[in-house]
Amino acid sequence: MSSDSPKDGPGDAPSRLEDQPIGIDDRPALRSPSEQHPPQTGEAVLTKRGERTERAAAGCFTVSILASLGLAVTYWEGGQPQLEGILLALVLAGIGTGIVLWAKHFMPEDEVAEDRKPLVSSEDDMAAYAQDFEAGESSLRSRRLLVATGGGACAALGLAVLFPIRSLGPRPGKDLKRTPYAGGGRRIVREDGSPIRPEELTTDALLTVWPEDHTDAADAPTLLIRLDEEQERQFTPREGREGWTVEGVVAFSKLCTHAGCPVGLYQAEIGQLLCPCHQSTFDVIDGARPIFGPAARSLPQLPLALDDEGHLIATGDFSGPTGPGFWDRDR
Amino acid sequence: MAERPTRRRSPERLLTHKGARWVDERLGTANLARTALNKVFPDHWSFMAGELALYCFVVLLLTGVYLTFFFDPSTEMTTYTGSYAPLRGVEMTQAYRSALDLSFDVRSGLVMRQIHHWAALLFVAAIVVHLARIFFTGAFRKPREVNWIIGVLLLILAIFNGLFGYSLLDDQLSGTGLRIIYSITLSLPVVGTWAASLLFGGEFPGADIIERLYVIHILLVPAIITVLITAHLAIIVRQKHTQFPGPGRREDNVVGERMWPTYAAKALGLFFLTGAVLSFLGGVFQINPVWIYGPFEPAEVSSASQPDWYMGWLDGALRIMPGWEIRAFGFEIPNPFFPGVLLAGVTFGLLFAWPFLEARVTGDRAPHHLLDRPRQRPVRTALGAATLSFYIVLFLGGAADVLALTFGLSVNAVLWTFRFALLLVPPLVGWTTYQLCKELSARDGVPTASRVRVRDIPGRLRRGTPASEPAAGPQA
Repeated sequence: MSSDSPKDGPGDAPSRLEDQPIGIDDRPALRSPSEQHPPQTGEAVLTKRGERTERAAAGCFTVSILASLGLAVTYWEGGQPQLEGILLALVLAGIGTGIVLWAKHFMPEDEVAEDRKPLVSSEDDMAAYAQDFEAGESSLRSRRLLVATGGGACAALGLAVLFPIRSLGPRPGKDLKRTPYAGGGRRIVREDGSPIRPEELTTDALLTVWPEDHTDAADAPTLLIRLDEEQERQFTPREGREGWTVEGVVAFSKLCTHAGCPVGLYQAEIGQLLCPCHQSTFDVIDGARPIFGPAARSLPQLPLALDDEGHLIATGDFSGPTGPGFWDRDR
Repeated sequence: MAERPTRRRSPERLLTHKGARWVDERLGTANLARTALNKVFPDHWSFMAGELALYCFVVLLLTGVYLTFFFDPSTEMTTYTGSYAPLRGVEMTQAYRSALDLSFDVRSGLVMRQIHHWAALLFVAAIVVHLARIFFTGAFRKPREVNWIIGVLLLILAIFNGLFGYSLLDDQLSGTGLRIIYSITLSLPVVGTWAASLLFGGEFPGADIIERLYVIHILLVPAIITVLITAHLAIIVRQKHTQFPGPGRREDNVVGERMWPTYAAKALGLFFLTGAVLSFLGGVFQINPVWIYGPFEPAEVSSASQPDWYMGWLDGALRIMPGWEIRAFGFEIPNPFFPGVLLAGVTFGLLFAWPFLEARVTGDRAPHHLLDRPRQRPVRTALGAATLSFYIVLFLGGAADVLALTFGLSVNAVLWTFRFALLLVPPLVGWTTYQLCKELSARDGVPTASRVRVRDIPGRLRRGTPASEPAAGPQA
């Protein structure tokens, strides 16, 4: 509050709000001396500074007008995204800046205090409300049979209309636990449908493959990894999966057991798979066991074999449901 | 309320009381809630129509949400393989396919679809009856002009959204309707060709019309309707209800039942009954059997192509209109402009303007909270009845072909009859209504056109409510 701009002039008191002005103008520098007692009407006596500000605000509005015309022309001429964004920004900024300048320099800035009454109603009001409510409530209360059966009817209605929710989709069934590999004997193919011989795989990269005829199956993308000699020596198959490896080639589900993202990054020299979504890391040499990150289960493994022509086939489904966990996964 | 007997039983322990206190300490709502509890609703059977419209809208929202889960608003072509044998192997749009699936292969789909359709029909019907009630009792007068305008807007939106809704399914009938809408849009002077092309995304049938109508039907219009209904009701609460004159009923009070608990219970009951009627209709009475119409083929049409009832007057106007077109300066005003644009524009324009027109003619600019009985206002009532009969003739004209077929008449003769009827019936109805009003008023022994007349409405008042009944103000 600046003491050199007393706000006790007749035109200043915001008596409508039955309040006293508490703060005045905390930016006196912006006001010219002649504005210390600003007239109540908007027709302020403009000083040089005021004239400049007014011209600036008018300039903002003018820029906005021109930018709007430019926007229309830009559209007419075929449109241009960057230009459209910039021009629209200018349109809005011109209006916004103009209004703010107008408000800051040419509108009354008296601060006023508005009383804050306690939110809570008086005891008398509460009692009056309670009495009126209970007057109705008691007529409900005195018909216990109707309250019970009427409430029951509404509850039964609520139950009955829940049933059509069932129309939204099929029963989950066993789809979550089964992939097209189930049954065994299905060839493993590339995205283009071509079968794979183990010798076609290199040790420094992984290949994403699918069950033949199901290259669009979202639950069956599979990682084929060829281990180098050192890794093959270290690789210890899980119990019961001793024959699942063919000529140093292992196959795991590509779907992360955390949230189902494809585990697409392979660090071949250390044999680690990294999921790009949440950085779960799996150790291929240890049966794709999770060694870092939020994933808690190993990637399901696919049992491999060779058919008569030397192409890779799956002898059965994955060692477990692929992808993220779910409530009845083990049931 | 102090004179009412109180039976307070340790209210602090009541759950409702605790809840009320919890809310009050945060929002300070005790007085507001008490005002709501004690809000007075005057009771008259004719006040029910607006309420019915509201409940129909709720049913429309509930069933509509269910339908959106299954309907596919796409014009992509597919081959039908569903369980309705006659159409198996037929090429159709995804929109029509999903409408068939909703009807045959989605459990609870058909009943929801039909309840939705019936609710739309009754929604508009309830609005029209409500509008007639407001009109004939003079409830639109100052200070209620704003709510009258909102009401007319709601009527227009309800009609359009019903039309958009049944146009989505892309069956033969709705496709025919869309083609007529396209032609009417095209008939707009100056902007018609542009408007039609922009709305439909090109020449009919257009690439985008189904998808666009879908967004308009399920999002845009319902949102606007919801906002307008909210405003409509807020204004009613602010202005309080109108009431018929009667003992103790004055311009400066409202006499009726309290909101809590009786009126609230009645309203809830009416909501359930509305739902019951709509469910019965939707379950038992087939409506819009799109599988019979087949998928839309631009080159095909069936006779007896009638729209839903609320479009009937427009369809009738299109049929009754003589074959005039205006050509001048190298431009033309196509025939559908007159019935499809001009008539509709004048209809709704007059509706919007009526409160102001009447105030200007009568010079009555005073606020009114007591209703007129229709017979007290013979001129207004006669004009209203004549206007209604005009639209009823148009509506029946929409069935000209069906009437001709049913009664073995020539379509031309039937249409000519409707052309004459359109000119003759309204004046006749107006004159009769005027005489009837005079007669009834004379029998009542009350001169007509009196301003506010305190009269007894038979059977309306059940108890002599004191005039000092607190009108639910916070100061009460």
